[in-house]
Formats: sequence, structure tokens, C-alpha cells
Amino acid sequence: MEPASHGLRESATFDRATIHAIQRAAETGIYDIRGWGAKRRLPHFDDLLLLGASMSRYPLEGYRERCDTDVVLGTRHAKHPLRLSTPVTIAGMSFGALSAQAKEALGRGASEAGTSTTTGDGGMTPEERGHSKHLVYQYLPSRYGMNPDDLRAADAIEVVLGQGAKPGGGGMLLGQKITERVAGMRTLPVGIDQRSACRHPDWTGPDDLAIKILELREITDWEKPIYVKVGATRTYYDVKLAVHAGADVVVVDGMQGGTAATQDVFIEHVGIPTLAALPQAVRALQELGVHREVQLIVSGGIRGGADMAKALALGADAVAIGTAALIALGDNHPKYDAEYRRLGSAAGYFDDYQDGRDPAGISTQDEELAARLDPVDAGRRLANFLRVMTMEAQTLARACGKAHLLHLEPEDLVALTIESAAMARVPLAGTNWIPGAGL
Amino acid sequence: MATLIDLVETPVRELNQALHTPGGADVWRILNPRGAHAVACGIREGLAVDIEGHVGYYCAGMNQRATVTVHGNAGTGVAENMMSGTVRVRGNASQSAGATGHGGLLAIDGDASARCGISMKGVDIVVGGDVGHMSAFMGQAGRLVVCGDAGDALGDSLYEARIYVRGSVKSLGADCVEKEMRDEHLAELAELLKAAERDEDPADFRRYGSARTLYHFKVDNLTAY
Repeated sequence: MEPASHGLRESATFDRATIHAIQRAAETGIYDIRGWGAKRRLPHFDDLLLLGASMSRYPLEGYRERCDTDVVLGTRHAKHPLRLSTPVTIAGMSFGALSAQAKEALGRGASEAGTSTTTGDGGMTPEERGHSKHLVYQYLPSRYGMNPDDLRAADAIEVVLGQGAKPGGGGMLLGQKITERVAGMRTLPVGIDQRSACRHPDWTGPDDLAIKILELREITDWEKPIYVKVGATRTYYDVKLAVHAGADVVVVDGMQGGTAATQDVFIEHVGIPTLAALPQAVRALQELGVHREVQLIVSGGIRGGADMAKALALGADAVAIGTAALIALGDNHPKYDAEYRRLGSAAGYFDDYQDGRDPAGISTQDEELAARLDPVDAGRRLANFLRVMTMEAQTLARACGKAHLLHLEPEDLVALTIESAAMARVPLAGTNWIPGAGL
Repeated sequence: MATLIDLVETPVRELNQALHTPGGADVWRILNPRGAHAVACGIREGLAVDIEGHVGYYCAGMNQRATVTVHGNAGTGVAENMMSGTVRVRGNASQSAGATGHGGLLAIDGDASARCGISMKGVDIVVGGDVGHMSAFMGQAGRLVVCGDAGDALGDSLYEARIYVRGSVKSLGADCVEKEMRDEHLAELAELLKAAERDEDPADFRRYGSARTLYHFKVDNLTAY
């Protein structure tokens, strides 16, 4: 029987997922820990549209006229800024959360597409360094695997204060993924539920961060760009403070950003959407007179060239992808549907990255499962996806008459909803109304 | 003969670059640090560096192989994330001394402030005086020796680091307990004290470590969180 056809009505407040969550909590006595990012509907780049050229703008010819995509990150202080072929990078994801094969595939794909990949909590693996032309080394509160040799071997350093999925939260890696190799890299006992600190151990606040950044520059002889990554919350102030502390690049991760293991309640209820954070970050940089001098990378729910083009139009210098990159590698592929179902999930729904039993061999440390992922093949798929993203963004930029992706501007955008117009600070389509403008 | 650098005349950047450049002098004497930050950090070689005065944050940070001696007090994060070698502070150290250190010896003759040895990952730290609150917080490996007293929440959320305290402990942190002092502990403590040029009797110390009850996230531990 189809309940709706018999007049039964589902509660909007207590929908089936909510009822199930209450039942599960009552049965197990523990909250839900999962991967992925926020699943609730949020104002996002889908709520913006680009205005193509017409009478008052010249478009550029597709497949003929150039629309450049290169971007340089870390020009403010570093001797060796990163020169990338496309303004889409791979966000930080740890070895431990991901298999060594997945990390290698990310490096291979990013390198083939001429962009950077990023380490994560747990240090740098040789597979990742060896296959990544541009590797950003994360400097996290846990400092797992942190050592100066890897710092010097990196192409850039990212000081992580938080991530969009859980601003204000530390990390966790559950015991089933703490194998001997993972434990060894993190100096921890095998099999424990590992906790990553939520605060850095040797500095507190932006004034200390300025000295910490100075130390990192001194250790690496001012060669490496220093990024500061924040989860999107009080973004306007955070970006100003990051600039004050000396960041070359600021990374803002919105609440749609992914995680390998976080409480569901945290993922869904803390932080602000990427669309709300990005204009705040740009405004902060502009007020300080450093927009484009301090580059801005935005992440959190970036799924393709349209999201990238719109983020760049709002003032980002680059975007970063995490979840989309894993999907490109093979995550949630229909060919594993039967196995996902045996785990109580399904292709397109799988988010149990914390569990270590990923049939796709990506979010696991199980040797047999991990061996399913061919790093060469998966790397090629990621490179394909990165190229498609870039070409999609070029298509949109040419339509707006732009000879470089970074020439896209807010004037090229309109909003479909009042909420997105207010957040993105672009007019509601068909009007010149920007809610809140001038306040 | 030591190479003499006066930080009134030479910027810290120039000093550190010289210390990082292979084939330079083996013995260095630094004058007038005047609280400068990041002095002698990131050294890779077995140099001997004597700093005559007080230093700011992160002195000898991430040290590898070198012996760095501060003839004065040290600011926040002295020898943070050190990997090997020896760092000595003849005076007192501010907070987060030896934070996240992976190896080597940090010897502080005076007191150390809060969070001494926080998140330590294999470093040995010997403090001649007292340590402040939250010392060895989330300590993963290595040894922390306190010849004086320890403040609140010693060894909170400790993993496998071992702690020895001669004086009083104001309070132990979550999952940190006193443990039996066996012969092997007395022996390793004697070695640590000797390396730190101290003459306390190992028999006067008590040992603390992890009860290992918080190693798994269980609903039964709700009140401990």
C-alpha cells in the first residue's frame, strides 16, 4: 500500500529520517557518527545564475578564443608561490581516513590536471608526495606525523583552524581504521578510537598565530606559501584576522564541506553555507586592500564548473573539492550497490566513511578493500573530472565575455531567491534589489 | 671558537638562514636575543648553539640533532615539535614547552608553565622546578619528569606518555592515574635525570600514566566527557 494514496500524511517536522534517528538513538544510546557533509537543503550556487553577454557585452568564441585558467597562489610573502593550471584544488583529506591508494590517486589526478592536492591529519605519505606535483601540507592541532623534513618537502603549508563540516570540532578516527601503519604515523596504539585536538597546542588567538606563522616561515626559509584554513562561521572577522596573522592564502570551507567522521548533529547544525561565507571573505579582503594579493580558496559543496565559475565571480581565486573528488575516484558508484545495501546503505547514499568498510576501497584501511582501487585508473578519472570542471567554467566565462576565469565578477551574477540574493549580495533576477544592501 | 652573532646587529632571519645552510660553523654563540621569536628554529645539523639571554616564542622549534642552550628564560613553545638533539633552558619556560615533541631531550632548569609537554609524541622533558596546569595533556609517547610540583589536571586524556613527579600533584586529569614504580622505571628515570644534569634521587618520585579507559568512545564514559 502506498500510504499517501490512502490519505496518510507524513509529518514535515517528524519525517521518516527524523523518526528513524530517534529510534536508532533510543536503541543504541549513542549519537550518529558519519562521513560526507551537510545533507540538509541550503542556499547554494544553484540559486545563482550567470548573465551571458548580449547587446552590452561581447562573448568569446567557444573552442576558438582563449579563456585562460591559470592561477598563482601565495604571492604575498613566499619565495615560491604555487603556479596551478586551473583554479580548482584538492582539499585536505588524511591518510587514515582514506586508503593509501586513494591518496595516491588524488595526487595522480591533481598532477595530471596541473593542480595541487593536500595532506590531512596524520602526516604525509610517500605515495602522496611521490605522485603529487604540488602538495600542500596541513599543519593541524593534533600534529600527528608532523615533522620538519615533510614541512620542507611540501610546496605549501596550510595551518588548519577548522573545517566547514565541524567548525570548533576536533577530529576522530575510529579504531577499525587505526591499523599498524596509521597508528605508527600518528604515534598511537593500534585499534584505539583516536581523537584529534580541536585547538592548537602551542598558540591561542590571532596574535599568537602571527608568531606561529613566522616560525613556520623561518623553518622553511620563507620559501613556502602559508595558507590559513577556517571553517565558515564568523568569516568576515576570521579572514581579517588571518590576513593580520600573515597568511598568504585564506581557505574558507563552508558547512557543506565533507568529513570522514563527525557527529551528524555537528555536521548539520554548526557553521554557515559556502554561499553565505564567500562574500564575507571577499569583503574582508577588499576592506584590507589585499583582495587578489592574499588569495582566497573556497570549498564546501563544489560539484562542477558552474559552482566554480560562480565562486570565482563572487571573488574567490580558486575553489577546492573533496567529496566531488572522492566521487570521481569511484565513491558511491552503482557497481557497488549490492555491497552498500549489505552495509545498510545504497549507492548514492553511502556516508559511513568512519566505518572502514567502504566497498569502493577509498575510505578504508582494509587491505583487500583498498586493493580494489587502482590508483592509476582512479587518478585518470579524477583528472578527467577536473578537466571537465575547468572546461565547464571556461564555457560559462566565455559566454560572459571573459578571457580568463578570474575575470568573472559579481556583476555577471543574479540570484533566484531572496535568501541567496541577500547572502551573495547580488540582485534578485529581473530586479536591481539586493536585500540588505546599504545596511 | 664559536661564531658570534649579535641580534642587535643581525636580524633573526639572517641568523636562522646561516644555521640552516650546510657547511657552516659547528659552534654558535648568540648575543642579545631580547625576547626575539623563532630564534634557532628548524636546525637540521648537530650544531652547538648558546643563546645568551631571554628568548620569545618557539625558540629551537622543530630542532633536529642540535644542542641549543638558552642562558635565560624561554617564551611559549620552546622546542615545540623537536625531533632529536638537546634543548636546555637555564631559566624558566613559558607555556607549551616541548609541545608535540617527537624525540630528543628538553631540559628546563627552572619552572615550566601550563601545558608543558602537551601532545608529546616521544620527546623526553625534564623540568627542575614546577609545571603548570594541563601538562602532558593528550601525551602520546615520551617521558615527562617534574622535580618540583605539578599543577591541575596533570596528564589529562593521556595516551602512552609516562610522567614522573617528585613533589605534589594538585590534581590528575581525566584517565591519568598513579602507577607502580618498578625497577625499570627507576632505571629510566635515573638516566633521564643524569642526561638533564640533575642529582635528585629517583626513589623520591612517583609515576603516573594512562588508565586507558578512554581509548574507545563508549556511552558508558558519558560522565567523563
